[in-house]
Amino acid sequence: MTLPLIIYRSLRQHALSTIITAGSIALACGLLMCVWMVKTQSQTAFTQTTTGFDAVLGARGSKLQLVLNAIFHLEASQGNLAWADYEGIKRHPAVKTAIPIAVGDNLRGYRIVGTLPELFEKVEFAPGKKFAVAPGGKVFGSAPDAREAVAGAFAAQKLGLKVGDTFKPFHGLAFDEKNQHEEVFTVVGIMASTNTPVDRVIWIPLKGVQTMSGHDAKAATDVSAVLIQLRAASAGFMLDMMYNKQGNRLTLAYPVGAIIAELFGKIAWFDQVLTLVAYLVALVAAGSVLASIYNSMSARRRDLAILRALGARRRTIFGAVVAEAACIGVLGALAGYAVYFGLLTGVAEVIRAQTGVVLEVGAKHAVLWICPLAMIGLCALGGVVPAIKAYRTPVAETLAPTS
Amino acid sequence: MLAVTDLTKSFVSPEGTRVEIVSVKAFALAAGEQVALRGESGSGKTTFLHLIAGILAADSGRVMLDGAEMTALGEAGRDKLRAGKIGYVFQTFNLLQGFSVLENVVLGMSFGPRGADRAHAKEVLERVGLGHRLDHFPRQLSTGQQQRVAVARALANRPKLVLADEPTGNLDRKSGREALALIREVCRENGAALLLVSHDEDVLAQFETRRDFGALNEAGKRASPLNATGESPPQQNQQNRKGTAA
Repeated sequence: MTLPLIIYRSLRQHALSTIITAGSIALACGLLMCVWMVKTQSQTAFTQTTTGFDAVLGARGSKLQLVLNAIFHLEASQGNLAWADYEGIKRHPAVKTAIPIAVGDNLRGYRIVGTLPELFEKVEFAPGKKFAVAPGGKVFGSAPDAREAVAGAFAAQKLGLKVGDTFKPFHGLAFDEKNQHEEVFTVVGIMASTNTPVDRVIWIPLKGVQTMSGHDAKAATDVSAVLIQLRAASAGFMLDMMYNKQGNRLTLAYPVGAIIAELFGKIAWFDQVLTLVAYLVALVAAGSVLASIYNSMSARRRDLAILRALGARRRTIFGAVVAEAACIGVLGALAGYAVYFGLLTGVAEVIRAQTGVVLEVGAKHAVLWICPLAMIGLCALGGVVPAIKAYRTPVAETLAPTS
Repeated sequence: MLAVTDLTKSFVSPEGTRVEIVSVKAFALAAGEQVALRGESGSGKTTFLHLIAGILAADSGRVMLDGAEMTALGEAGRDKLRAGKIGYVFQTFNLLQGFSVLENVVLGMSFGPRGADRAHAKEVLERVGLGHRLDHFPRQLSTGQQQRVAVARALANRPKLVLADEPTGNLDRKSGREALALIREVCRENGAALLLVSHDEDVLAQFETRRDFGALNEAGKRASPLNATGESPPQQNQQNRKGTAA
């Protein structure tokens, strides 16, 4: 009990500096874990978020922009393609399903996308999982003039939409209250949550977007992109050759996951900066342990000398100081989990709100135990310098009467 | 029980010359014996006690304690011997301010062979009249009570030898007498030998056996004390390390 008692009393005696130091460790530890987990989870989540489609066909331009626009509903459309292009890809023998989408409107910032009812009937957004409408609702009808809408779960929740509600769309992808269309749409269904970008979209019939008042009448049959499911993965390379290399009018983005991975490759420097910052914070935290204990050494010199006079060996004193530093590390690491969960929950909420991609807050990863252990080790290392000072405390000189 | 032979210790003065502080040809203490050493401030008596306790390493000579040669041991060995066989009562009590009364005594025990024994620590504290102050901190006690805690801590490990360095120096006359009586009584009960150093004639007068450290210490006869405060000279730290490393 000697060592725990010495450590406990010392921590209590310097409670304020213990709390502040442990707090900085918690911040460093939580930040490190959060940066790591957001990086790995978002990479996994984004590259796996294909909403069931293998490829996207769109106007000539960036594949990444095409995927971000058609799958993640983030970027602006890079142009339209003609209905005949849609018909052409739909009839291709290698294509299992082709769903056209048309974008260009929003409802208070949430994107309105026109599509065909087949999206909800034929497509599995994940293996064995089809899009579904929550009880009490239905998918909009196939009639070209149907003014009906199905709201994604997240969009419905944020906009407070329910079945039977009506709305007038706003023109453009960014919300501008002056640009409201005259058409009135009725919500006929709320989609069950899919934890994909689809949740952030309000779906209306394709014709609804194409023929919306104020839209270019010449483009009334154009689509923004075609979402494609292939019969076999190898067919993607054939289509890639056909559209991207031999053709020069359209762009096929395939495979979707790889294109998103490229995006992460391009912003890897940002991850590295974040990780570097987190490492620096960890180093500063370890340094603060060193400084905090080292600074208290002068005040504790006499106590250490008394312990030595009572028979405590140098290595006991050395061990007590290192263990005390490690204990501060343990306290910090434990609090670090709270920081981590708090930060990750917040970040996940922002990512979900912005992209519809859901990060798993409770996910397990080796970094969740490696990081706290490394932090404790770093703190113990930070305790070595003051421990050496404690180790060298001259007993007789320190115990000499001071008055 | 305690036999000191040809014990010497010197320090380097601020001027850089080596000054011998302790040079004791022979000194012995039987088991259970109680001896008071008279010595003026700065005469080297604290250094002498530190040498016996193994807190300082001697330059030469022998200290035999209960069959073990303290001076032949390395620092860790001296620490162990001290923790097991010696109780030390300091003039300034040297209590650990961040620890409770009970913890001070338990910690003192924990480095010895018997280890931390809370029940025994409580018994000893009750014996010195502090059974009702177990959870108090030193700052919450009077100086007399603090010295009683120091006595309890020194005795809790059932040492063979208790070294008391001016144990009443910080107490008023009444408290000093009470503390001294307590130390002697508790040592007697535990069969521990007591070697007390003091320059206070009132304290010394209470002992049947009194020795003059000035006469005992050859170094004191040859040179005047380094300073008048009883404190170790500035280079002592360096010398300690040299001594302990040897």
